[in-house]
This record gives sequence, C-alpha cells and structure tokens, in this order.
Amino acid sequence: MSTVQFVLDGQAIEAQDGQTILKAAEAAGVYIPHLCAFKDLIPHGSCRVCSVRVNGRIQAACVQTVTAGAVVESETPEILEFRRNIIDMLFAEGNHFCMFCEKSGNCELQALAYRFGITSPRYDYLNPDRDIDMSHPDVYLDRNRCILCGRCVRVSQEVDHKTIFQFVGRGHEKRLQVNGTCLADTELSATDEAVAACPVGALMPKRVGYAIPVGQRAFDAAPIGADVDARKGGAA
Amino acid sequence: MALATASGVEDICRKLGNDRTRLMDIIIGVQRRYGCVTHDSMEVIARAVGTERVEVESAVTFYSFLSVKPQGRVVIRLCNDLTDWMKGYDAVADAMAKELGVTMGETTADGAITLASTPCIGMSDQAPAALVNDVVVTHLTPERGREMIRDLRRHLDPPQLVTMVGDGNNAHPLVHAMVRNNIRRRGPVHFRDFESGKALTNALALGPEAVIKQITDARLRGRGGAGFPAGVKWASARATAAPRRWMICNADEGEPGTFKDRVLLTECPHQMIEGMTIAGYAVGCEQGIVYLRGEYRYLLAFLEHILQERRDQGLLGRDILGRKGFNFDIRIQLGAGAYICGEETALISSCEGLRGDPKNRPPFPSQSGYLGDPTVVNNVETFCATSRIMLEGAAWFAAMGSGRTTGTKVLSIAGDCRKPGVYEVPFGITPRELLEAAEADNPGAMLIGGPCRQMIGPDRFGGRICYDDLATGGSIIIFNRARNQLEIAERYLDFFIDESCGHCTPCRVGLVLLKKAVHKVVSGAGEPVDLDAMRALSHFISQTSRCGLGQAASNPVLGALENFTALYEGLVAERKPGLLSTFDLSSAVVDAELRVGRQSRYV
Ligand SMILES: Cc1cc2nc3c(=O)[nH]c(=O)nc-3n(C[C@H](O)[C@H](O)[C@H](O)COP(=O)(O)O)c2cc1C
Ligand code: SF4
Ligand code: SF4
Ligand code: FES
Repeated sequence: MSTVQFVLDGQAIEAQDGQTILKAAEAAGVYIPHLCAFKDLIPHGSCRVCSVRVNGRIQAACVQTVTAGAVVESETPEILEFRRNIIDMLFAEGNHFCMFCEKSGNCELQALAYRFGITSPRYDYLNPDRDIDMSHPDVYLDRNRCILCGRCVRVSQEVDHKTIFQFVGRGHEKRLQVNGTCLADTELSATDEAVAACPVGALMPKRVGYAIPVGQRAFDAAPIGADVDARKGGAA
Repeated sequence: MALATASGVEDICRKLGNDRTRLMDIIIGVQRRYGCVTHDSMEVIARAVGTERVEVESAVTFYSFLSVKPQGRVVIRLCNDLTDWMKGYDAVADAMAKELGVTMGETTADGAITLASTPCIGMSDQAPAALVNDVVVTHLTPERGREMIRDLRRHLDPPQLVTMVGDGNNAHPLVHAMVRNNIRRRGPVHFRDFESGKALTNALALGPEAVIKQITDARLRGRGGAGFPAGVKWASARATAAPRRWMICNADEGEPGTFKDRVLLTECPHQMIEGMTIAGYAVGCEQGIVYLRGEYRYLLAFLEHILQERRDQGLLGRDILGRKGFNFDIRIQLGAGAYICGEETALISSCEGLRGDPKNRPPFPSQSGYLGDPTVVNNVETFCATSRIMLEGAAWFAAMGSGRTTGTKVLSIAGDCRKPGVYEVPFGITPRELLEAAEADNPGAMLIGGPCRQMIGPDRFGGRICYDDLATGGSIIIFNRARNQLEIAERYLDFFIDESCGHCTPCRVGLVLLKKAVHKVVSGAGEPVDLDAMRALSHFISQTSRCGLGQAASNPVLGALENFTALYEGLVAERKPGLLSTFDLSSAVVDAELRVGRQSRYV
C-alpha cells in the first residue's frame, strides 16, 4: 500500500493511503480524543469528540481519510474548546452519577472529562426519563448512562455477528433499543464482545462491578490517551 | 381500523418481493392498512424480509407519519409552520381540538380521529393548511376547522372534504385537490410549452459526454439549495466504474416555506421526468427513483400515471426512442414525514429501507450511494432545467442570470404579502423587486432560503438572489415590521430540534441547550453574558455538526442576533450575585416534597 504525507499540528506525518486521520495520528504517537471510534469498526462519526480542522474545515478524524499534503489542526484552543463542549454536553444529556457508577475509573467519558479538566457542569442537566433493563441474567443495560455511541450496535453486528442492538426514535428522543421486549429476550451472551465495548457504564456485566478495586482502574493512575502520548516518547 | 394479522402483514411484504430494501414501502403499507406498526407486525416483517425486529423498529420510530401506537382512522395533521402560525394556526388548532375534545397529538376516545401537528407541508401560499390522511385542505379558519370535523365525524372519508378543486392539474381526476398553483410569474425555463420527447431526442443525438458538456457549459447549478454544479456531479458518477448507477430526483421539498417543487410536479411532470431520463442517459444509469415526500402523496397516482404514459410512448423502459440498449425506468419512493430525508445521503438511506440518518462522507454518493452504487441526486427543478437546456442550448441558458449563477430560479414567496405564490425570475433579482411583485405589506425582514439560510433586514433588500450573495433553494418568507423576530428564531429552533436525526452530539444535544439559552433571554431572565454564550454555542453547533442540518440549525438565532441586536440586548440585564435568575427553589423541591409526603419549612 502506498503512503502519503500530511501535516498534523505542524508535524509531518507519514500515513497509509486510505487510513483515517485518527488511526494515522495514533500510529505516529499523537492522541486525538475519541469516543465512538473503536478498534476496527466501521466509523460512526457520531460523538464528534475527534473533531479536527482539515484544510480549514472541521471534520471527524475517525471518518476523514488522509490526503497527501493535507493540513490538519488538532490541539488549537478552538478545537480543544469544541471537544470540551461535547464532553460537557454528553454529561448534560444523560443521567450520570459517577460516584455511584460501577464503571467509575474505567469509564472513557469520565476519563475524558478528567483529561479536559472538567470539574463542574457547564450546562443545565436535561434530566431525561430513561429506562434500566435488568432482565438479562448476566448483563444489564442502564440507558441513563448511554451516550449513543453505537459501539455495542456495531460490535454486535460486525464482531459477534448478531443484531442485539439498534437505535430507535430520532433527535433528542433517540434511544438504544434491544432486539426484543427486553435484553433477556435477545441472544445476548455475557461473553459477547459487544458488552465489553461500551465506553461507559451503560452496558455492564453483572456481579463483577468491583472486581477491580477503585484506585487500580484503567484511568486511575494516568489520563486516557496516556499510552499513545507515551509512544511519542514524551510527557502526557 | 382492522387489527393487524400476520397474514395481512405478510401479504404486504410479499407484494414488495419480501425485499429488505423496500422496507419503507412495507412499513408505510402496514401503517396505512392498520393505523400503526405494532411490535408484533415488526416481528412478522423482520421474518419476511430477513432482518431483525429492532431494525424494523429503528425505521418505524424515525418517521413521524408512522407509529407504534394505534392512530385514528382519520389523522389530521395541522401544519404548524411559521407561515401558518402567521395566518392564524393557533386559533384553528384551538377550535379543532375543542371540537374534537382532545389535545394536540391525541386520538378521540372512539379511535376515529387523531389530531396532530406537522412541520411545513408545502402549502405556505395557502396557509393555514392541513393534511387529512392524504387530502390537503387549505385556507383554514376556526369555523372551517370545526365544520370539517363535524363532516368527518359523519363520514370519516377525507376525500369528501374536497368540494372545490384548484387550477391546472390540481383538477386532474387523479389529483383532485383543492390546492392552487398560484403561479404569479412565468419565465422562459419552466411554466411554458413543453413537448415530450424532443429534449430527449436532442440528447440522444449528442451522446452522453456531450450532454454533460452542455450542462457544464450552461453552468447549471443544483436548484435544491446547495448550488453544486450539476455537470461536475454527473461527470464524477459517470467516471466511477460500476455495473450499476442510479439517478435520484429529490422531491422531498422540506425546507419551510418552499413549495415550488409541488407546483413543478403538478404542472411540469413531463419536463421533470424527461430531464431525469436525459441525466440517466448521460451518467449511464438504468434506474431512477423519485423520492416524493409523504406530504405530497396526493400527487402519487398522477405521477404514476405520467410514468406509465411515458412508458407507453417509448420514453421510458427498454430501448427508449428506439435506441438499442438505452434502458431507463423510474420508481417512486414515498417518504413518511422527516425533513432530514431531503439531505441527499439521508434520502438514500431512506430509499434503502433504513432510518433516514445521513451517511458519513467520504465516500460521496457519486462514488458510492444507493446500495453502494454511484448515485446522482438532483432537485426537481434541476431536472426541469436540464430538459430546457437540451431544447434551447447551453448558451441561451447561460445568457440569463447574474455572474456565476446562470438561468432562472423558481421562488416560493409567502408570508406577509398579498400575492403569495410561485415566481420564476432571473437570478440576480433583488429582494426589493420581489417585495413589490408580491405586494408585501410593511416589510421588516425577509427569510431568504428558509430557516437554514438567512434572515435579512431592510439594509439588504437591495442585494441579489444568487449563489454569490443571497442563496436560496426557493423559499422566501416575508415578515412585516410588527413580527416578533425573537419568537420567530425560537420557533425555527424548535423545528430543527424536532427534525434532527439525533446521530451526532452537537446537533442532538447542542440545539436543545441553545433553545434553553434563547428561552432564558426571551423570557427576560437573561444577562448580557448569555448573549455571548448563545453566539458561542451557535458557532460550535454549526462548526462541529455532521451534516447540513446541524450546520445550519443555529442560523435563525445567529441571524436574529445579528440583524436585531437591539431586541436581544433590550431583554438582558446585569443581575446581583446570588441564586441563578432561572432557578426557582420552591418549584425545584416540589417533586421531593410529594415523594416524602411533607412540605419543607425553609422554602
Ligand atoms: C437538512 C437538509 C435538507 C435538504 N432538503 C432538500 C430538499 O428538500 N430538496 C432538495 O432538493 N434538496 C434538499 N437538500 C439538499 C440536498 O442534500 C442536495 O444537495 C440536493 O438534493 C442536490 O440536488 P441539486 O444539486 O439539484 O440541488 C437538503 C439538504 C439538507 C442539509
Ligand atoms: S450502551 Fe454503551 S456502547 Fe451502546 S450505544 Fe450506549 S454508550 Fe454506546
Ligand atoms: S447534524 Fe443533526 S441531522 Fe445531521 S447527522 Fe448530526 S444529528 Fe443528524
Ligand atoms: S470518535 Fe470520531 S466522531 Fe466519535
């Protein structure tokens, strides 16, 4: 496969033709925050946390592929502010009570908030009415915490080769729905990759919430993205 | 209405070949037959077409004309667009709700009649208007509304409401609608003589590449709003190697205040379909789709008839005009109430039988669109212009217009004026000339291009309607000086909130937060910093949203802030430090008090 060069925040980066900006940056040791992008799934482009400016236009780094000579800006004050805004909005949109949530410390939304230094809400909470589905013996779905990233939807289809999840409704009434009257009614199994793919505490395996103690969780010691930052051989 | 049976639902699926990609037609069919698409029906459909129930549910719950819960045998959808509101929507809605004994969104206890509201149905020139099932009723008054309900209660047969038919093809037996064309100005491109087959004959004589060159030389730009050069789009799709390509006509016409495609579809269907056929020939397509908004279902039988007529005349189908191997046919895809489906990639999703979410770009439709094949989407008017260019030549077309915008534009003018209707004008005309032509009444502002474009004040009435200055897909709404611009901005914001597909965060959440910010200011609780916050939020949403809807949705607010700064500034004031002005402590604890069953002593 041929390679192309583009410029990311002033740094020349070599990338594979057809690679997304997000993947190319990551390979070069530059972390671009993201939420809905996950491993090799087809990009969703929904959270917009990975927004970058490509030749003057804001684009999602997880969707946009590199083009030779493209000038990409990522860590400008304006874009950092955009990203912060999105994280703030995701908190305002759902019902997130981190202090009671089993995912705390392993949650990518929370970890991004920390990385961005968000300590208090900027927007009024929307306090939506959302359901919890406890029907399944091994997994629960708490829609209060769902950020509509579609990772479970896509992993279930693309990796598990099932269709357990899909979105229903539109606009701010959009919700995650399961393929049946409730989770127990579906073919979901606790070992499905889809369960592990949820970035927040919405889709959770039961009875293992505190198997890893608080303090030893994924983002307790270093902020999200620190692994990529480290590859650059420098500070986080 | 009859309860859905598995065999009845299966029957509908079978008639559409149990084809997953025809899911739209299937769920629309089930809705029409049974008044809802229940979870049981979804299960049956999923089995029949080979998908999962949740996929069917995903589509059903996306479109506002479809419902999981049963609706009445007759569904009245009162258009709540701004132009209807200006012409008395509130009083009509009130009268009808009282007469029915229900509130908006409810069904009468006997399950007979549902009263609902819906955004612009493309009748702004004859507002207030409503859809009663498929039947359009116009020029409503409270009295007429009450009468209509008394009639409906008697016969439950909406077609009987049509006691007088409109002009032109509105009187055609297959249309039979009280809709009026209101063609106020005819121009050289559209509303004039058109002889079927001639333009197509000319195109065949030229050959595909030369047709594209003609369109490029005419500098025809898309008439749906974005103004993308048609020739460039066609050439790109033609250049993409593929076994199949698609030509799609965008007849979704959802931009509030736009109704010119309605009149083109009614009066120039041959010109439109011939243009599509020419485009199909040029790009190398064998199949085309007309995406007709559900609101225009009253035109469906008529358009099907025109398609059949053209097949019979050898202008559609196999070996068109005797040219061996030139095959092209068209099907009509109905929408079901979703403004976003006018966005070309959302429209393609809908045609594929999916919820109407826009798609990520790249790839662009001309490379990979409908079912992954190269696809061209153009507006109704773009295809009409194509036919005329084939008759009169590129130079003739390019000689009209202004600067880089050639030809004429069909405008829909509505609002505070005596002559609302359709005007074909050369590009470059000024808003002031339009105000005169439409006999505007004390104009204070004009919305050029609908809420997704720009509101202008009198200082710009001397500008030019063209892509370099005041661009429009056709919508022009006139507001007199007494209109409350802040309320207008807030109402359009509500429209975008309702119509967002919900895929991306800035549009799905940001618009709701923006609405709260606007409301805070409009209700008199705002501070000067709130105006800056509104600007910042608007900027953020327009920059980071995925598609054109989110990118444009804050325009009404930004426009009002820019043009009517003093109005907003007059509403805000510095406040003393303390509790947020929007925070009401006693109402905040009401819920908790109810739950614990006692009253707080301190509030
Ligand atoms: C939210 C949204 C709604 C749109 N609605 C319509 C519409 O109703 N009709 C239309 O022709 N184009 C509409 N468009 C523009 C289409 O995406 C597309 O540009 C157009 O159909 C291309 O045809 P044209 O080049 O002939 O204008 C809309 C775009 C957006 C972003
Ligand atoms: S449940 Fe989790 S993975 Fe699924 S959409 Fe919600 S947040 Fe994303
Ligand atoms: S901008 Fe709005 S309508 Fe467009 S993709 Fe995002 S949520 Fe959907
Ligand atoms: S990570 Fe790119 S849009 Fe979500």
